[in-house]
Amino acid sequence: MDSIGTATLQALQLLTSGDRELWSIIWLSFRVSMTALLLALPLALFAGFALAFWRFPGHWLLVTLNNTLLAVPTVVIGLVLFLLLSRSGPLGDLRLLFSQPAMIIGQWLMCLPILIAMSHTAYQAISRHAWETTRSLGLSRLRSLWLITLEVRFSLLAAVILAFGRIIAEVGCAMMVGGNIAGHTRTITTAIALETSRGAYVQGIALGIVLLVLALVLNLLVGYFRGNAVQGSAH
Amino acid sequence: MVYPIKSLLLALGLAFVSNSILAADPVRVATTTSTYNSGLLDYLLPEFEKETGLRVQVLSVGTGQALRLGQDGDVDLVITHAPEAEEAFVELGHGVDPRGLMYNDYILVGPRPDRLNLYEAEGILDALEKIHRRNAPFISRGDDSGTYNKEKELWERSGLKPNFSRYQAVGQGMGRVLIMSNELQAYTLADRGTWLAMQSRLKMQIVYEGGIDLANPYQVILVNPARHTSLNHQEAKKLRDWLVSPRGQSLINNFTIEGEQLFFGDAE
Repeated sequence: MDSIGTATLQALQLLTSGDRELWSIIWLSFRVSMTALLLALPLALFAGFALAFWRFPGHWLLVTLNNTLLAVPTVVIGLVLFLLLSRSGPLGDLRLLFSQPAMIIGQWLMCLPILIAMSHTAYQAISRHAWETTRSLGLSRLRSLWLITLEVRFSLLAAVILAFGRIIAEVGCAMMVGGNIAGHTRTITTAIALETSRGAYVQGIALGIVLLVLALVLNLLVGYFRGNAVQGSAH
Repeated sequence: MVYPIKSLLLALGLAFVSNSILAADPVRVATTTSTYNSGLLDYLLPEFEKETGLRVQVLSVGTGQALRLGQDGDVDLVITHAPEAEEAFVELGHGVDPRGLMYNDYILVGPRPDRLNLYEAEGILDALEKIHRRNAPFISRGDDSGTYNKEKELWERSGLKPNFSRYQAVGQGMGRVLIMSNELQAYTLADRGTWLAMQSRLKMQIVYEGGIDLANPYQVILVNPARHTSLNHQEAKKLRDWLVSPRGQSLINNFTIEGEQLFFGDAE
């Protein structure tokens, strides 16, 4: 077995040599997670806004439910989705199991509660009178929503980045409903799991480096946006 | 203001998804980690795809899960190596038209040097008995794989229960079990294909091999198209026929790792 040092060196060479298989796995991961994120964002923003600005019956229940979803392990989401999407399951006719859409649904379910919770918090930073003020100025509902969203854009960007970080680094659900099919549903994390199980560590390490660098960049961005958000609210 | 942006995002999202929906239906094969981890399918299937223009997707799981995926209609074809489970699979009507595809054999691998001198054993049952008696570390797949089925069968025939304290069932694929055995200097039952593919990375050796008791036949079985309407049965059948054809068989026989042949085609 190679020492960690040699393996890491080979991994770096693999990354810099532009290995096609490796980079297509990385690109596939990004595509799937970006899609899930973009599909979750509108609904999450609206829900976060509604929870922050409107009081309605069942409000606390929704917040509690959302917080519970935050804590659901991803393998449980994977298992439930697997059973639903299997051709013998209730949604089997959609023929989605072991496909990218199945992984996207899973990641959508994972990032939605984070986005809702964080946008809820972000919108709460705005005075509740803001809504009435913009409305009384004669702005349409959508325009008011947009204005208020602009006010908290940095906090929302931080939320988006954190959600992205969570879903692209997730392995349990992606493995179960994606199936780790080469070139089709093999993502960074499932590839690492596979390569490790084969005893081929180099590709695993290379992909691990990508995830590490990604986490670092994302967190730098979060820090930057948080700083902006704090400055913004100080004004 | 808001609508254009959001619909743009949605359109983007859908564009990402659609390219995977619109493509033609591939053939889905569930197979065991032993055929996949050995690299056999990575070598065979591109040839098939090139010759036919069809696409194949491989799910590499244990035999138990492979058969289950077939039963549920989630795959079109299974390639497995657990004769009893396969017989039940066909008898219950989940699969049709099973064909022998190839065989290799199981081997007992262990630490180097082998303190138990198992090469002197009078058979695989005797070797297992020695491991049992000396309470040597043994790692078992402990999943629903063909290899684990074989191991259980061997323990049963030896009349011993694998309940010694250093027997550990880990519930992982063959590759991982070999890696764990290597780390823990333990014995384990492995299929020769995975062993040959991984041997250069392991400080282990074959401690016992040979004999009819360790034969490891692989079958290819079509999932019953009468049970599931959505199967890609026609193309799965083409793949099956190709695998058992002289062309497929000779490719299988020519697959070697470090000069050693891994599988022996035995389709009739």
